Amino acid sequence: MNKLTSTADLDALYSKLQAAHDPDKKAIVICGGTGCLGGGAGVVIETFRKELAERNLNDEIEFRVTGCHGFCERGTLMVIRPEGIFYQRVKPKDVPDIIEQTVLGGKVIERLLYCDESNGKKPIVHEKDVPFYKKQMRLIFGMNGEIDPKVIEHYILHGGYQALAKVLTTMKPEDVIAEIKKSGLRGRGGGGFPTGRKWETCRNAPLGPDKVRYVICNADEGDPGAYMDRSLLEGNPHLVIEGMLIGAYAIGSPEGFVYVRHEYPLAVANAALAIEQAREAGLLGENILGSGFSFDIRISRGGGAFVCGESTALMASLEGQTGEPRAKYVHTVERGLYDSPSNLNNVETWANVPIIMGKGADWFASIGTENSKGTKVFSLVGKIRNTGLIEVPMGITIREILYGIGGGVPGGHRFKAVQTGGPSGGTIVVDEKGATQRVGEPTSAWTGTFLPESLLDLAVDFESLTEAGSMMGSGGMIVMDETSCMVDVARYFLTFLTEESCGKCLPCREGLRQMLAILDRICEGKGEHGDIELLEELSNVIMDTALCALGGTAPKPLLSTIRYFRDEYEAHIYDKKCPAGVCKALITFSIDPQACTGCGVCAKACPPDAIYTRTPAAGETAPKLRKGRELHDIDPDKCIKCGACFDACKFDAVVKE
Amino acid sequence: MATEAALEPDVDLAPAEALIAKYQDSSELTIALLQDIQDHYGYLPRPVLDLVSERLGLPRTQLFALATFYRAFSLKPLGQHVIQICTGTACHVRGAPKLIDAFTYRTGCKCNDTSEDGKWTIQTVNCLGSCALGPLVVIDGELKGKMTTTRAYKDIDKILGKSADAGDDSEDE
Repeated sequence: MNKLTSTADLDALYSKLQAAHDPDKKAIVICGGTGCLGGGAGVVIETFRKELAERNLNDEIEFRVTGCHGFCERGTLMVIRPEGIFYQRVKPKDVPDIIEQTVLGGKVIERLLYCDESNGKKPIVHEKDVPFYKKQMRLIFGMNGEIDPKVIEHYILHGGYQALAKVLTTMKPEDVIAEIKKSGLRGRGGGGFPTGRKWETCRNAPLGPDKVRYVICNADEGDPGAYMDRSLLEGNPHLVIEGMLIGAYAIGSPEGFVYVRHEYPLAVANAALAIEQAREAGLLGENILGSGFSFDIRISRGGGAFVCGESTALMASLEGQTGEPRAKYVHTVERGLYDSPSNLNNVETWANVPIIMGKGADWFASIGTENSKGTKVFSLVGKIRNTGLIEVPMGITIREILYGIGGGVPGGHRFKAVQTGGPSGGTIVVDEKGATQRVGEPTSAWTGTFLPESLLDLAVDFESLTEAGSMMGSGGMIVMDETSCMVDVARYFLTFLTEESCGKCLPCREGLRQMLAILDRICEGKGEHGDIELLEELSNVIMDTALCALGGTAPKPLLSTIRYFRDEYEAHIYDKKCPAGVCKALITFSIDPQACTGCGVCAKACPPDAIYTRTPAAGETAPKLRKGRELHDIDPDKCIKCGACFDACKFDAVVKE
Repeated sequence: MATEAALEPDVDLAPAEALIAKYQDSSELTIALLQDIQDHYGYLPRPVLDLVSERLGLPRTQLFALATFYRAFSLKPLGQHVIQICTGTACHVRGAPKLIDAFTYRTGCKCNDTSEDGKWTIQTVNCLGSCALGPLVVIDGELKGKMTTTRAYKDIDKILGKSADAGDDSEDE
C-alpha cells in the first residue's frame, strides 16, 4: 500500500475502497477466532478455499476469514452475505452443500441453522434474529464479524482511521481529553477509573529522565474466564491501534507498547501484522498523515504472570524485570515506565476511543447509566447454554444477560451463582426461592443484607456491581449451577492466587498459603470448628496489609462464598459432606445394580481401572442387565473419585453420595 | 549438578547466538529473548543462559529470576509430548480436574512435571481464553475443546500408536 501523507490521501483511499466495494456481492464470512479454530474451523476454511478454487468461483464469491463473532459455543460460525444467513456448527463435509445450495442456489440448509431451544427449537435463518445477538449492542465488536483483521483496507473501508484524521486535523490535544471526559468513558480493565482524567494527569505530569511520556495497552488478560481483550486484538487490531494513536496525541506521547499475553499467539501475530501495516501506510511512525505528530508502537509479550496485569508490575515486566508491583505512593501516570509518565489502558478501553471520537461524546454518553457510559463486553461462560462473548449496554440486568442472551442453565440444573470480577471479584448469588442477596462486601456492614428486589434484576454497571460486593473486573461472567461446590470454587481461586502471588509482600505470600491450607483441610473432611472464623480473620488482615491490588482483593471470592454459602462450609466441616458432590474426600461412588445394563462405558472411562465386573450375588436382582453382559462395580480402594464413570453412564447407574 | 548435565547432553548454541544478536543492545527485551529461546529449545538450557549472560552482560541471577518468575519459562526440558490442561474458572467448573486425573493416570506423568522417560509433560495453564469450548486441552500445540475423559484416552492411545477403540464414539457427546 502507498504511504498516506495527508488526510486527503486517506479520504481518497476510503473513496476508492468504497467505490470498489459491492455490498450485494456474494460473500462467505467465516469466523477464524481462537474459539472457532479450536472447534475445527481451520479445516473448514481450508476446505472452502479448495472448493472455491476448484470450481473457479474466486471472482464471483468473496471468501473472508474474520475475527471472533462471539457465539463460540456454536462454532464453526459463518454468515452468507448479502442475505445474512447464519450457519453454525459447520463441518468440512457441509462445505460443498453450502456453496452449491446456499451461495449459488439461494437455498437455506435447515440442518445448519441455529435452533432456539428456549422457543420450541424454532430454526432461525438470519444472524440478526438469533436471540444471542439480537439483545446485544455491538459498538466495539460489530466490526469483528465484518473485517479480515489481516487486511488494513477492510478496516479503512469501514471508516477506520477517520477518527484519527478528524482528531489530527481539527482538534487540539486538550480538546480530545475534554471530549473523552465528556463521554464518561471509564477504564474497562476492572477499576473503572475515568479515562479522560487519567489522560489529563499523564499529560500534565512532569517528564522523567527519558523526556517522553508513554502510552501502554494492557492486553495481559490474566483473569481466568475472560477473553474479550484477546478477541478484540485478534479480530480488530487496528481499532486498538487507532485508539492508542488518539490517546498518544492527546497525552503527547511518541512511543507506545502493547503488552500481550504470550499464551495468545494469534493476538500477538495479528497485532504485530497490523502495526506493520499501519507503519507502511504512514499511520504509525514519523509525521503521521502530514500532521507533524509522530508515534510508534512496540509489542511486548508477557511471561504468563497474573500479577503483570497490575500497572506497576506490568511496567516492571516491560522493562525486562520480574513483574513485581511496587507501592503506589506515586501513580504510574506520573512516574511509571522508566520513571516516566505512563498511561496504561486496557484493550477494550482503547477500542472505545475511535468510536467516541468518531460519533461524538454526547452520542456515547447517551448509552448506559448515569455514571457508567457505553457498552461492556463480557465473556459469558461456565454453566450457561449460550457461551460466548457478548457486548451489552451498561445498565442491562443480570437476568437479561443470563436468560435473554445466555439462554439459561443447561441440563435441567438449577442456577446457583454468577461470579464476576475474576479472582478479585465476588460471587453474586441467587438462592433457591429466587430471593437475592448481596455478596462479597468485605466490611461487616453488608452482612446478610437482602436486596428488596431480585438481584437477577441488578443493573450491570460499575456502581451496582461494587455495591453488590463484586466488581466489573475485566468482564468475566462465570455461571455456576447446583453441581458447583462453592467451597471448591473458593479453593480454586485461592490455589490460583497462591500460585500467582509474586511473593514480594508477606501478607499475600504467606497469608494466602495458610488460607489455602485451611481450605484444603476442609475439603478433605478434616475441617474443624473455628476454621471459618479463622479464614475471615486472615482475609481481613490480608486485605488491610497487602502491597498491591492483587493481594488486597485476593480474599474476596472466599469471603463472598463464606458469607452466602456458609451452610456449605458448615456441611463440609461438621457433617463431612459436600452438598454439590464435588469434594473427593467427602463423596463415594457406587454402581446401582438395579440400573446397571452392563454396557461397560464406565469401565472404559475409569482412569485407574477401578471398575470390575461381577455376577449378581445371591438374592440380588439386576433387572436392567442386558443379555450376555455382566454387572459392574467399583473397587473403593482403587477409586480416585474423579467422577468420570458418573459422567459416562447414560443410565444413571453410577450413584454419587 | 550431575543430573542437570545428564538432562542437557549437547546443546547447540548456534541458534541461541542468532537470537541474541536479534536483541543486542536492548536489555528491556530480555524477556522476549528468553521467550524465543524457550520456543526454540522447548526450555531454557543452562549453557544458553550462560551465553546470554555473557553476550548481554547480564548477571545470571537476573536471568534465573526471570526464568523462575514467569510461567512461560522452564529450566527443564519438556517431554516429547506436551499436554496443557486449561484450569481457567470456566474449565474448572466444567470438569478440568477430572481431565488432570485422566491424563496423569494414563500417562504416569505427574501434573506440572515431565515424566522420567521424557515422553510426557503435563502442565496446567490459567486460561487459554476459549472458555466456550471448556474444558480445554492443548495436546502438542493442537487445541481440543469439550474434552472428556474418554476422548483423553483416545488421544493418548493415538500418540502411543495404539488403535483407538472404535466402540466409544457414540458415547462421547
